[in-house]
Amino acid sequence: MRYLTPRRRAAGKGSAHTGTHHHWSMTMSSVALAFMVPTWMYLFGSAIGQSRADVVAAFSHPFTAILTALILVIGMRHFAMGATMMIEDYSRGTARKALVMFVTSLATVIAATGLYALIRIAL
Amino acid sequence: MVQFTLPKNSKIRTGKTWPKLSAKNVRKFQIYRWTPDDGENPRVDTYFVDMDTCGPMVLDALVKIKNEIDPTLTFRRSCREGICGSCAMNIDGINTLACIYGLDEVRGDVKIYPLPHMPVIKDLIPDLTHFYAQHASIMPWLETKTNRPEKEWRQSIDDRAKLDGLYECVMCACCSTSCPSYWWNGDKYLGPAALLHAYRWIIDSRDEATGERLDDLEDPFKLYRCHTIMNCTKTCPKGLNPAAAIASIKGMMVNRVV
Repeated sequence: MRYLTPRRRAAGKGSAHTGTHHHWSMTMSSVALAFMVPTWMYLFGSAIGQSRADVVAAFSHPFTAILTALILVIGMRHFAMGATMMIEDYSRGTARKALVMFVTSLATVIAATGLYALIRIAL
Repeated sequence: MVQFTLPKNSKIRTGKTWPKLSAKNVRKFQIYRWTPDDGENPRVDTYFVDMDTCGPMVLDALVKIKNEIDPTLTFRRSCREGICGSCAMNIDGINTLACIYGLDEVRGDVKIYPLPHMPVIKDLIPDLTHFYAQHASIMPWLETKTNRPEKEWRQSIDDRAKLDGLYECVMCACCSTSCPSYWWNGDKYLGPAALLHAYRWIIDSRDEATGERLDDLEDPFKLYRCHTIMNCTKTCPKGLNPAAAIASIKGMMVNRVV
């Protein structure tokens, strides 16, 4: 039992003075991915079924390589931020912090692995 | 936090079925009942109402049940014309005001529950203490720093028109209690009703605390827990659009930094 007034409970710890950056970043990355992902899907789809040399040549092209790198970085950042929002919705306390750390690490590892593979192919 | 099952002491059981009437035009009502006095779980009681002697609204039927069948049935009501917001409840799966929701809008049996995911005081009466405290926290009044004019603060017709669709909110809590984000994080998230009121004061041309108001709302939970689910707009019995008001606040937040 805590003898807090309703107003004290509603106010909580006050405003964190953050959130707009997250909201704006998600909006920007959504718009960017809406254009980039269909283009990349077309390029990726075109490479399916071709020989290894043709696939390597396709992903060595500057446009495809840069687009793939951007999708990896922006996409994984978007994924991490979106998943963080979802985790904040559905969990609390230590579990929330641990899950946010996990999903951020996962996104970073996926992006790093993808970039490494891309560099091996393109360069 | 998200809850996929009801707590053990909130699981609803079948309650009492009151005697069926011999009248021709009888309708079945299933109503949530719970009292803190007996330590029992909530139950759903079944009532039969003669529609030939009942008014057209759900509230008319509730009043008739209380007057003629079961005087222990407890619910809030006052104005009976959609102005006070007292009789907000979940009718046929929709959060609405019982006084302006017609019985002809409900198909089949009429199922009536209290507003979802709120502590229940008794029967159809939810505890709105936290909801009202959240409303108070957004400073629902004109905040000015200029001393003059001492009497009337003038407002253009265009600026006054910006308040239309906002000032009509009667704080019935239908919107906030229909919002999953408010269900899961209602302790921190202000909810659609409080945010609609916050926007009402933010865009009032006479208010001089716009920056402070936006500062107070800039928080991952207070404001940004809105995921544009739109349940609030769909359920509002006054036909208002809290989701649009929240989107406008977010737009103002972005315009401050970009």
